[in-house]
Amino acid sequence: MKTIYTRPKCLKPAPFHYCPGCGHSIIHRLMCELIDEMDLQGRIIGIPPAGCAVLAYNYFDIDICESAHGRGCAIATGMKRARPDKIIFTYQGDGDMAAIGTAETLHAANRGEKITSIFVNNAVYGMTGGQMAPTTMLGQKTSTSPYGRRPDVEGYPLKITDLIGTLPGAAYVTRTSVATPAKILATKKAIRKAFEVQMAGLGYSLVEVLSPCPTNWKVSPKDSFIYLEEKMEKEYPLGVMKDITTKKKDS
Amino acid sequence: MAKVRKGIEVSIAMADAVAQANVDVIAAYPITPQTHIVEHLAEIVANGELDAEFVPVDSEHSAMSVCCGSAAVGARTFTSTSSQGLALMAEIFIISAAMRLPIVMALANRSLSSPLSIWNDHTDTMLVRDAGWIHIFVENGQESYDNIFTAFRIAEDPEVMLPVAVNFDGFILTHMIEPIEYEDDETIAAYLPKFQMKNTLHPDHPVSMGCFGMPEIYTEAQMQRESAIRESYPVILKAWDEWGKLTGRHYRPVETYRTEDADYCIVTMGSYGETAMEVVDSLRQEGEKVGVVKIRLWRPFPNEEFCRAVLGKKSLVVLDRAISFGGPGGPVASELRSALYQKEGAPVIVNTVAGLAGRDVSRNDFRKIILEGKAKAQRGETEGFDLYGLRG
Repeated sequence: MKTIYTRPKCLKPAPFHYCPGCGHSIIHRLMCELIDEMDLQGRIIGIPPAGCAVLAYNYFDIDICESAHGRGCAIATGMKRARPDKIIFTYQGDGDMAAIGTAETLHAANRGEKITSIFVNNAVYGMTGGQMAPTTMLGQKTSTSPYGRRPDVEGYPLKITDLIGTLPGAAYVTRTSVATPAKILATKKAIRKAFEVQMAGLGYSLVEVLSPCPTNWKVSPKDSFIYLEEKMEKEYPLGVMKDITTKKKDS
Repeated sequence: MAKVRKGIEVSIAMADAVAQANVDVIAAYPITPQTHIVEHLAEIVANGELDAEFVPVDSEHSAMSVCCGSAAVGARTFTSTSSQGLALMAEIFIISAAMRLPIVMALANRSLSSPLSIWNDHTDTMLVRDAGWIHIFVENGQESYDNIFTAFRIAEDPEVMLPVAVNFDGFILTHMIEPIEYEDDETIAAYLPKFQMKNTLHPDHPVSMGCFGMPEIYTEAQMQRESAIRESYPVILKAWDEWGKLTGRHYRPVETYRTEDADYCIVTMGSYGETAMEVVDSLRQEGEKVGVVKIRLWRPFPNEEFCRAVLGKKSLVVLDRAISFGGPGGPVASELRSALYQKEGAPVIVNTVAGLAGRDVSRNDFRKIILEGKAKAQRGETEGFDLYGLRG
């Protein structure tokens, strides 16, 4: 019998602690598949956040260095500068990346650090119980915006990926989603490219992945994927914001 | 809010107290186990039940900065944090005291990384021990609720004008449902007058805050801070005294339980005080002449009151909830040794560190800590500290 589907080698045989329907487990698997396929296990270092993915080291069978909340890109900078032969990625949520860690993220991107960030955006602070995030959409109800986010009081959804796309140091910046199998495959392709850009020494690479949080959105796992496509993808359009490899080809 | 006794989560009761205190600005970033306080406040403000600004900022560093801004222009200001959040805001936390801004914080005590832990101990608060804030420790839900009001009263007193942290144990108190007696709004309004800041930033009466300090002035500025916190002591006593007269619930900087005829005492801070009292009751039945000393006011340190409570005892078993790495003992025991040094009739001190990162300290554990501490004192083994329950 031919094996056509198996657990990636670097995905530990541990049950995920994530809620049913959560996108983190999908994204973890994609990354582990890629680490296997690209033969990176022995030379990749991951930096998980404070957030739902704080226990990522229980799943990724690679070197992991936990970061204090938001400091991923700064830690990654130190690692990459000292060990440029390693592949360094940060794995961050919207609180980690777009709230408490905005400064580190923008400045690492602006310096063109040769690191990769996987930014999982579910428009809510998941781990602490569903408070409003900078990425929370207008009108979206959370425990700290109980009647929905209001632009005059809580401001607008922060599109940090678009911001980073404007920075000269950023080499590859894209937004994907895990709403459908096709989009999941596109996400995998984007993460592969982000790693390739880093390995080619081209600069900072970032993949924002829109991901469901049924628990804090208070919908079923099935409905959360509909919400993801109909609401989140509308607010956060999928696509490439920056890709210097394409430009090079054009010229 | 009417005067009522209800079973309620301590965090929710604290948020209700903040609303009853009629605060103007709340700024916070979510962190376990503080979240329920700010979530409930967000709801109260969103419901229109409290006319206040609720600012869900991007980090604790920004939270404390927002608090500095709002307090500087005379707004009654509240925040709440824990552990890593406190560590991140430490820069501004220290500055807020130097700028004499009467911010009140509910500090849900939790251990600091690493290893990363969301559970309770006192490592976070010890990080900011010397920041110039007034620190109150409470041991149950009622004390948590009550001391939101006393904290504002103390902080905003024109003779004080310092920020106050109400330290309450994460999870052990934050997530506990307890019977809590609410005071009615009239009582609160009578106790806590409208905040009128004397040296607020206002174009008609310009003041400067947080200025550059050359060596010629830095020492004097530090001395002013030291004097301010020392001189807050009688105001704190008065604030608690008046609260006691209004509500029948009395607070003192150092509280004692069955110490009058005690040969030796266990010393605690925070929620462990209740367990200590129960264990002392049972030890008393066995003939142990033991009592409990509870440090409620950590800063300014109540030197005289502490000495009065313990001079003449044979020994103290001091329970710390944090390690001072490489130091002479736990932070509380070190201070108490210092307070008693060269005093006539000073008890010897045995120091135990226990309950780190929420590791349970049961009544049986307390019993062992107390009895082993007494025996160690008798043997003269008073150096350093024991780490209770250490495995391996």
